[in-house]
Amino acid sequence: MSGATLARYRWRVIPGFGITLGTTLLWLSLIVLIPLAALFLKTTELSLVRFVSIITSPRVVHALELSFGLSLAAAAVNLVFGFLVVWALVRYQFPGRRLLDAMVDIPFALPTAVAGIALTNLYSENGWLGQLLAPLGIQVAFTPLGIFVALVFVGLPFVVRTVQPVLEDLEAELEEVAATLGASRLTTIRRVIFPAILPALLTGFALAFARAVGEYGSVIFIAGNLPNVSEIAPLLIVIRLEEFRYADATAIAAVMLVASFLILLAINLLQRWSGRRGGGLS
Amino acid sequence: MTDIELHWDDAFAANRKSTPDHVRGRLSPENAVLPGFPSQPQASRTASMSVRKATRARDVRADPAPMRWAIIGIAVTFLVLFIVVPLLNVFAQALARGFGAYFAAIVQPDAIAAIELTLLAAAISVGLNLVFGVIAAWTITKYEFWGKSVLITVIDLPFSVSPVIAGLVFVLLFGAQGYLGPWLQEHDIKVIFALPGIVLATVFVTFPFVARELIPLMREQGTRDEEAALTLGASGLRTFFRVTLPNVKWALLYGVLLCNARAMGEFGAVSVVSGHVRGETNTMPLHIEVLYNEYQFTAAFAVASLLALLALVTLIAKVVLEGRATNAANSE
Repeated sequence: MSGATLARYRWRVIPGFGITLGTTLLWLSLIVLIPLAALFLKTTELSLVRFVSIITSPRVVHALELSFGLSLAAAAVNLVFGFLVVWALVRYQFPGRRLLDAMVDIPFALPTAVAGIALTNLYSENGWLGQLLAPLGIQVAFTPLGIFVALVFVGLPFVVRTVQPVLEDLEAELEEVAATLGASRLTTIRRVIFPAILPALLTGFALAFARAVGEYGSVIFIAGNLPNVSEIAPLLIVIRLEEFRYADATAIAAVMLVASFLILLAINLLQRWSGRRGGGLS
Repeated sequence: MTDIELHWDDAFAANRKSTPDHVRGRLSPENAVLPGFPSQPQASRTASMSVRKATRARDVRADPAPMRWAIIGIAVTFLVLFIVVPLLNVFAQALARGFGAYFAAIVQPDAIAAIELTLLAAAISVGLNLVFGVIAAWTITKYEFWGKSVLITVIDLPFSVSPVIAGLVFVLLFGAQGYLGPWLQEHDIKVIFALPGIVLATVFVTFPFVARELIPLMREQGTRDEEAALTLGASGLRTFFRVTLPNVKWALLYGVLLCNARAMGEFGAVSVVSGHVRGETNTMPLHIEVLYNEYQFTAAFAVASLLALLALVTLIAKVVLEGRATNAANSE
């Protein structure tokens, strides 16, 4: 049966299409679409000159640079270490493997405020890790380095959980064939395994990046929050809001929202690519 | 895949109710992904065969020992440093001054008020997202329609929106300066700096969780079970409650638990809309922030440890529920 016929067939058989789609769209509009549209509507009330002057003010530029720059760095670290973690979890047996596997989701389930105070305490001068780093002259808490640590923490599950199922499902035959044809282990990894998991790696990277850019709770405790030094963009939105400077808050939020749309678009394209790839392999 | 579909027809023809349990376990396709079916001892023979096959395969795919130990070392160090140590630190700090101080911090009136508000807000938000998450997952997986991928993207949208922006949009809508602010004030309805605002922000942030847990599983299961039920004369609702829901119950349960953990722990969005009134609009995460900023570290970590426990329980539930899924899959 062709896809189109099958689709029409299903559509007719299972009742409730109108009401469920209608409910979904209504709820989605009320909770997500209309509120986000309100943000853009509010932004259009600003003149272009005003908008540009807000966005290009040094404090805002610095906050945006800090948020996006550190998020990119944290996502990159998660990409590398996440890949190693997935490799260890999927391919090797070692004591505590299952426990560690389960723990990967902690940053996802642990409230950001809890993570924030825990990391701050850990890396402060008297903390477990802070007192080890202090003699080396490394200060993590209340510096941009602290923000980076928090962003690595929140982004950790994304690369692991995106790549893990793909590596698990990778057919053993592919590697066996490569080995049979005389490829070295490294060549097999580089030319056979890596291309197969690349879309998943990049998707995980983009997800970790998206999450880190907007992260607030776990960062503000450890950041120190000095304007032009360690002040992230989401915090600046909150500060402007508390000063009742709604225009400023809205403008910064609009820029960040457009950025998240772009990341989301990239993730979708990656997944489409990965879908094609998966299809080509099997 | 086609293989499994053929089996399914056999299983269906044989009438699933009268089929012996172990046969059903192996034949029905949904078992590959569906948690909840009891594990089948009869399957151990086939399992041992696949183990032997796997060992043979691993020989070719084995990495050199130094590489293996280096990767394990790096991976374990990374996870311990970034996840295990911070988590342990929460409990260590909470109990730093003994159990007396710990319990005193938790039973403090402001803490109790925060816990109550958190439970109330989470119950409402999770309830709403449960209903709409199931409806959304049903719409997406049971019908074909134009623009479906756009719909999925929009459902995922709250994932990549900063929680601060999630709070901000509701302030722009319902705040005193917002579009609906004057009207709300006229009618004496408080949304921002009150429970409705907290619930709205929480619902926004946790919007995708239930649907996301359900969609992959329901897509894999397809519509055949439902079509069979409908053919046999069941109504749409009855089909949903008797066929679809039992098929996805474990995934749904985990989706709800995750949604709940995120709802109770939401900080950024709630922080923007709540107004931080102590004992009134402070949820647990906001209460933690207040205590921490007042240098009451032990008390802050005591309340934090409750949320950390919630996160741990959620993860344990995930492992257990996934274990059921794997058991069912292995028994096939």
